[in-house]
Amino acid sequence: MYRLPRSLGSTLLAGALLAGGTANAADDPQVRAWAATCAACHGTDGHSVGGMPPIAGEPHDRLYQRLLAFKNGTRPATVMHQHAKGYTDEELERLATYFSRQRP
Amino acid sequence: MTSFNRRDFLKASSAVGALTLAGCATTPRKPIARVVVIGGGFGGATAAKYIRLWAPQIEVVLVERNPAFVSCPLSNLVLGGTKTIEQLTTGYDALGSRYGVKVVRDVAVAVDPDKRQVRLARGDALDYDRLIVSPGIDFLYDQIPGLATEEAQSRVLHAWKAGLQTVALRKQLEAIPDGGVYALHIPKAPYRCPPGPYERAAQVAFYFKQHKPRSKVLVLDSNEDIVSKKGLFTKAWAERYPGIVEYHPNSELIDVDARTLTAKLVGGDVRADVLNVVPPQRAGDIAKQAGLITANDRWCGVDWLTTESLAVKGIHVLGDATLSAPGMPKSGFMANNQAKLAADAVIALITGRPVNPHPIIANTCYSFVSDTDVVHVASVHKYDPEKKTLVAVEGAGGLSSAANELEGRYAQTWARNIWADALQ
Repeated sequence: MYRLPRSLGSTLLAGALLAGGTANAADDPQVRAWAATCAACHGTDGHSVGGMPPIAGEPHDRLYQRLLAFKNGTRPATVMHQHAKGYTDEELERLATYFSRQRP
Repeated sequence: MTSFNRRDFLKASSAVGALTLAGCATTPRKPIARVVVIGGGFGGATAAKYIRLWAPQIEVVLVERNPAFVSCPLSNLVLGGTKTIEQLTTGYDALGSRYGVKVVRDVAVAVDPDKRQVRLARGDALDYDRLIVSPGIDFLYDQIPGLATEEAQSRVLHAWKAGLQTVALRKQLEAIPDGGVYALHIPKAPYRCPPGPYERAAQVAFYFKQHKPRSKVLVLDSNEDIVSKKGLFTKAWAERYPGIVEYHPNSELIDVDARTLTAKLVGGDVRADVLNVVPPQRAGDIAKQAGLITANDRWCGVDWLTTESLAVKGIHVLGDATLSAPGMPKSGFMANNQAKLAADAVIALITGRPVNPHPIIANTCYSFVSDTDVVHVASVHKYDPEKKTLVAVEGAGGLSSAANELEGRYAQTWARNIWADALQ
């Protein structure tokens, strides 16, 4: 049993309808739990209380490319490069999907 | 900060109930299970909030003895003089009003795992389906005979649980004469917050440099070397506080004379004007009472797939009280991340869905070497099914290249976000 408490009905409907070959990120407790680790700095579900770069509701491709750039060392960072290196590309992609589907 | 809104939830449930949320519209009224959480620190508060966030059909009762949460991270800045304890304090109200956590201000005194019940000092016993114990640390004062009495403990402070002790230590530092000596004793690892003592040395030196430049900070370390961020702290002390910070490794403590403020070390006695002893630690008292301690009479072994105790079924343990997995520091960040792993696993175990076989958690510890400049250490931890524990991912994590102001701003922002993530 899972639930996305903050989602409105329309988001859930859209998510359910969009779910194609891969599981909807919002429906997947595994990626939800992974994403929750990001919240310690970026706020619950990516809703920062201020000062951190926003990630909730950012476009998927922008988030994914940024995470890959951190991982590959092509985007300068203080700490994100060290975190991104801990994840496979697929894990980063699923995290990007999760945050892109949060309300901005 | 958005918040859980019951009306939105009900609307969402009714709109798509047939698709994915069958039955949920009725569950807020009749919980499917009750989880009791002991301890409202970084671990317990986060676990309570996230269970309600992810599974509002589960009732959550949080037992906390203090009226408000006071953050240990950033509390060394109170000693440095650039933060007040009020700025580190967050109430528990939002956990109730936004997430429906039942916050009970009381002290858990005993656990009966057969009856699945927690006994409280004042209120009625609480039944649970699953229990989360996040008690933090308590001190092994029996290893320091000179600190056996409350009077001695009020003269030689630990300030290793933020709050009154932090404020009292700041007052002691304010009363020190220029040319006086502040001595900080560090226990053998593992202890809460590995870089914390070295940050504290920098913060007290920061204060001395401005107001009492002839004073000294003596770091008396039981360990054979600096436990965390060694190069970064050594550089910060040498460049920013030359002639103020003195580091003494292998300074094992035999006893303390609280009257004369003397630390009796294996290498001889050290007298100070302010003596600050961080005593050796173990899992908090309730973990000991509940029989959760499995390692060295100090720490609680858990299954890192679920955080369930290795000693008692149905009880999960979080945070500093746990026997840390390899490479895992006892930090508030780590406790916050462990809490989410636990929340997800507890929901899975209650609702009957499979437990996540591949948890990933992470850590970043920021330390202030001045009022603005910060150094970090970071790590990512993944579950290794062969080793059956969380392991630090090789090639990930690392340190700051040097202390810098940008990370100072990030550290302040991190603090606001993690407090909100746990409590608001």
